[in-house]
Amino acid sequence: MSGLPILSILIALPLAAGAACLMVKANAARWIALIATLIEFALTIWLWQQFDPNGAQWQFVESQPVGGIIGWKLGIDGIALTLIALTAFLMPICIGASWRSIEKRVPEYMAYFLLMEALIMGSFSAQDLFLFYIFFEGGLIPMYLIIGVWGGAERIKASYKFFLYTLFGSVLMLIAMLYMRSVAGTSDIPALMAYDFPKGAQTFLFLAFLASFAVKLPMWPVHTWLPDAHVQAPTAGSVILAGVLLKLGGYGFIRFSLPMFPDGSAQFVPLMFALGAIAAIYTSLVALVQTDMKKLIAYSSVAHMAFVTFGLFAMNRQGIEGAMMVMLGHGLVSGALFLCVGVVYDRLHTREIARYGGLSDNMPGYALLFMVFTMASIGLPGTSNFVGEFLSMVGTYKASTWAAIAACFSTILAAAYMLYLYWRICFGTQRNADAAAMKDLDLREWWLLAPIAVAVFWMGIYPESFLKPMRNDIGRVMARMERVAPKGDSLPTPGHPSAAKAETHE
Amino acid sequence: MSRFAPILPELILSVGGTILMLVAAFAGRRGSRTVSWLAVALLLIATVALTGAPSHAGPVYDGLIAADLFASFGKAIILPASAVAIIAAHGWFEHDHEHASEYAVLILFAAVGMSVMVSATSLISLYVGLELQSLAAYVLASYRRTDERSAEAGLKYFVLGALASGILLYGISLLYGFTGTTNFTGIAAAFGREAPSLGLLFGLVFVLAGLAFKASAVPFHMWTPDVYEGAPTPVTMFFSTAPKAAAVLLATRLCIEGMGPATDAWRQIVIFAALASIFLGGIAAYGQTNIKRLLAYSSINNVGFALVGLAAAGAQGASSVLFYMAVYVVMNLGAFLCVLWMRDAEGQPVESIDSLSGLSQTRPGMAAALAIFMFSLAGIPPLFGFWPKLLVFQAAVAAGFAPLAVAAILGTVIGAYYYLKIIKVMYMDEPAAPYGRTREPVQGLLVLAAALLVSPLGYLLIGLLGGLSDHAAGSLF
Repeated sequence: MSGLPILSILIALPLAAGAACLMVKANAARWIALIATLIEFALTIWLWQQFDPNGAQWQFVESQPVGGIIGWKLGIDGIALTLIALTAFLMPICIGASWRSIEKRVPEYMAYFLLMEALIMGSFSAQDLFLFYIFFEGGLIPMYLIIGVWGGAERIKASYKFFLYTLFGSVLMLIAMLYMRSVAGTSDIPALMAYDFPKGAQTFLFLAFLASFAVKLPMWPVHTWLPDAHVQAPTAGSVILAGVLLKLGGYGFIRFSLPMFPDGSAQFVPLMFALGAIAAIYTSLVALVQTDMKKLIAYSSVAHMAFVTFGLFAMNRQGIEGAMMVMLGHGLVSGALFLCVGVVYDRLHTREIARYGGLSDNMPGYALLFMVFTMASIGLPGTSNFVGEFLSMVGTYKASTWAAIAACFSTILAAAYMLYLYWRICFGTQRNADAAAMKDLDLREWWLLAPIAVAVFWMGIYPESFLKPMRNDIGRVMARMERVAPKGDSLPTPGHPSAAKAETHE
Repeated sequence: MSRFAPILPELILSVGGTILMLVAAFAGRRGSRTVSWLAVALLLIATVALTGAPSHAGPVYDGLIAADLFASFGKAIILPASAVAIIAAHGWFEHDHEHASEYAVLILFAAVGMSVMVSATSLISLYVGLELQSLAAYVLASYRRTDERSAEAGLKYFVLGALASGILLYGISLLYGFTGTTNFTGIAAAFGREAPSLGLLFGLVFVLAGLAFKASAVPFHMWTPDVYEGAPTPVTMFFSTAPKAAAVLLATRLCIEGMGPATDAWRQIVIFAALASIFLGGIAAYGQTNIKRLLAYSSINNVGFALVGLAAAGAQGASSVLFYMAVYVVMNLGAFLCVLWMRDAEGQPVESIDSLSGLSQTRPGMAAALAIFMFSLAGIPPLFGFWPKLLVFQAAVAAGFAPLAVAAILGTVIGAYYYLKIIKVMYMDEPAAPYGRTREPVQGLLVLAAALLVSPLGYLLIGLLGGLSDHAAGSLF
């Protein structure tokens, strides 16, 4: 391992680039942001190569005392690595998506995006509770401004809702962190992951963390900020919100709730499954009746995140790996879908589904890529989401048949609302002359969408690339959960032997 | 000489202030510039003199005051904050042709009063310091005597302040009557001997009520918005920083040193005042359209958080209060310096929040600074204002008051709304008429320094500031 503080560089580079953006004019700011995010992505690829999947749990560790109860402690495991890579991959695409559509106050806009990238990188690599909290909460500020300044007509309301909802969720987590610090005497995350809190306290700690991560993920019934924020945010804002910020919720569960409070988590498995089932079915039905493209995809995000809930709280290998794969896959696919909305929005300036129709005639390239992402969102085999959703469902089935049934319904409904959306946009007759006159994707848009499509197929055809770095870490989480994992209602009982050995792939 | 060493800063300020008053009397308006800068210099010299003062001079002069680290910490906040209040006023009053030298002299005397407040270890010196500060403050509030609002503010402050002083004095007399001493240590011993009698409890309640008034904690906050709005802005800035810090520190010393054994008795009062301040400060700020009124409620809200630390008691609680007040003073000075720049093209001050519309486009630097102060006052990480809040909550949790911490932290969410409103007006609304240009390099530098301090760079100071506040709090025990 080299002595290079690579994680600090990953945080500092966007900050420096963001500061530079503020000093220059619009066009220069665009280029600075694009180049900085591309360098960041290159660094992340290097990071991935250097990461040793069979090595120590925490790699690239940095530690620098700051004073008081906080320390500048960074380090990543495989779980964080994949999410960092996702962030770095999506960021240049976001900058590219804003290239033409953002015309006012460009330097500020780019600076906020870069600030956000730095904060997200920090959240995924922080190894100190309070450092994590600072990065985690800090992300609210740039997102609030991005929605509020460059958003749609209802942007103010949406930005407030986003900020206050998420803040409300997180402050309870802060108190829980302070309690953990005073009981365990450390705020070091790896140490806390091995610390056994008293059982009674775990209940409260779990609930406090749940308040934060459930809002962030989001879970039903605290998801209502999401459709507003998505609909009002500019395209790139939606991409980053759906692609990365929601993943902080899932990451929080897998990093904090499960390994730190196994007893607390186990206690709430039925509740989590119930909330997941409601999200899976109810929000899918809501998505079915939307007339606004972005809102539909926003609700589909909530429904897809139910797979994360299911998978994580199934607490077995398939479930947790599935949850991680859903997060990665959904990060790509929902991001791409928002970009697809952005493409037509830039041309016609409406998100009304009814204004479009028959786009496959005049925009064949667009229709092709949109089809790819629609199918991926449904979870067609061969695409990224299939792997995640399938694994998550297998894991869920082992823990609870009923939850698995709800998850299956979610997939069926996903097919319904996504195909219905695609049909209304791309097929059928061309009803509006202006929609029929729209030009196909230009080179820039191909450059934005094609890499995501490649990644979607890669993840779907050879998921091992992504599962490998996190396998050992998920094993470590499972080791913490072993004692309390739900027994499952589909296990062999006397007289009903199991059909085949399912655990061969450990 | 060594007899006077512990009070060297106060001596410098009193003698210097008296001389400057004479200078002001003879030089009139022409000398105002010189007097102001000399006053600033005096305050800075007094701050430097703190380092020379014996740091562990416990009660001196028959237990009247103590020149311990706690007092030094308080003075290190108060004296520079007073200096900033003088500098800030400089470009302000000259527009009105009212800037006489008395302003700087009054601030000097208030600073002496506050220094005595934070070092007082006896009820008598406590009261003398408090009154010296208050009398100067009453005059300052009505400093623009031709302005109706300023005169009203001064009168209101005086009448209510006199009432509060009366309440305080009544409490002091009860404490003295039932303990036979005015010394904090003696009072603590009396509280420790037996369960406090009814008279003692009454004394305690009245004293705390008087101090709550000075710190503008709910339910004794009513004067704050009116006085803050009416007083000239530099004076408002002064009120919301140094005297507030002095009052909170005084309450901390009195509660912990003077009434330590009766912690259970005053804790409930402090908890009530803390939560009431947090919630009332947060909710009442909603409808405000005047930035000074809004900042008044913000200061009520913030005092509530500091009191959470006091309610936690113990060394950790006291240390968190000190840390909180230090950062709070920096944030508030910065915010008010920005407010001082809110002037229309003719140089007339503007106070409506609407006039901030679109500031990020007309004056990006000022908008960014104000945004940093607002997010910081709201306690949103990664800004440094988050850290003192974390410390008071930590103290509360460690002392076993997790529900208090939960209630208080929910208050931050309520409070966040109105801070966000200012950000929204500055960043998301269409630009209003731009403010007139100001050329005040010194104030610009001060804003920059304050903004850097409360930016994430401030976290580098955690070790230093935390160590200092720990030591300072340690001298109370």
